Amino acid sequence: METMQTENLIAVDIFCAHNNIEISFISSLQQKGLIEITTIEETGFLDKDQLRQVEKFICFYYDLDINLEGIETITHLLQRIITLQDEIVMLRNKLQLYDAYE
Amino acid sequence: MNFVDYYKILGIEKTATPKDIKSAYRKLARKYHPDLNPNDKDAKRNFQQINEANEVLSDPEKRKKFDQYGQDWKHAEEFDKEKQYQRQSSDSQRARYSGTQTEGDFSDFFASMFGGSAGAGSSRQVKFRGEDFNAELHLDLIDAYKTHKQTLTVNGKNIRITIPAGIENGQTIKIPGHGGPGINGGPNGDLYITFSITNNPNIKRLGDNLYANVDLDLYTAVLGGEFTIDTLSGKVKLKVSPETQNGSKIKLKGKGFPVYKNEGQFGDLYITYNLKIPTKLSDKQKALFTELAAS
Repeated sequence: METMQTENLIAVDIFCAHNNIEISFISSLQQKGLIEITTIEETGFLDKDQLRQVEKFICFYYDLDINLEGIETITHLLQRIITLQDEIVMLRNKLQLYDAYE
Repeated sequence: MNFVDYYKILGIEKTATPKDIKSAYRKLARKYHPDLNPNDKDAKRNFQQINEANEVLSDPEKRKKFDQYGQDWKHAEEFDKEKQYQRQSSDSQRARYSGTQTEGDFSDFFASMFGGSAGAGSSRQVKFRGEDFNAELHLDLIDAYKTHKQTLTVNGKNIRITIPAGIENGQTIKIPGHGGPGINGGPNGDLYITFSITNNPNIKRLGDNLYANVDLDLYTAVLGGEFTIDTLSGKVKLKVSPETQNGSKIKLKGKGFPVYKNEGQFGDLYITYNLKIPTKLSDKQKALFTELAAS
């Protein structure tokens, strides 16, 4: 069971060492509710499904100089953008239907 | 091959200090970064341009060469010698983003001045994730009706994918690890495929439901009857009630489009009757209609 639980998890300290970032940054992301950390026997782990998102946050913070509050705001706005883009696709498909009947 | 003015791209003067260059680059990177502009091809192109400009202007040697030969580089024999020069790019300026440029992403101008991709001989072997690729795949409505495999070529590589039945127009799927190669042993990027589905001229799709217009002759509409139509799932016999009006709609449950990733589940097919008035009537037919009208 424990093996199954950890096979999709990466230890936070290993991830931070590999990416040359501070562990406190990952903790800050967790505190802001932007990521989830799984704790097993007092060791923090990141789920592999979150890695892409975490990499984006690292880029925003370390490369683009965006602070944590900015990252929080951007995440919220990006989600809205994606929702709106999906809605546009749906509406375009709907419009195609009515165009055909004119 | 056009000259590329890197100073203009970053919006700085030729006298800009390294600090100015870094500041200008970061400001524009925050504006055009692909992760901040989802599905925006213009932003991606702009981002590639500012990255190239930053790559050159933040490297003292490259900047010097660009400043010296920029406009007239075509006439400078020194370029041939420079191409053999081992570059050492400044890694503190390199972004960690998924859109890290690989060979092929730099302009022809950059390639001819500095040769190939950037970052060769980097002193700090930082690993970067490869670039994400985006591709568009065109399907007919009939193709999207059944789960099937398809081979596509992305950047010279053949990839065989399974397309589930019911895929939507505009839907994007991710193929992990089939994007650009990672840098210095970093993971590959992902491949995003967006489906463009052409509607059938006779049957329209909206979500899981299908819509079709069917011609109905006057006599069947008035007296009732049966006839067969072709649908995507095969032939269907329709029972027409007497006195069916033009524009009437019927719903055929379960004869619509397959529900994406829900095997065995289908939407509905909506038929709209389009009454056809008979033409080229014989004299007898006209007489009968006249009698009917008077009755």
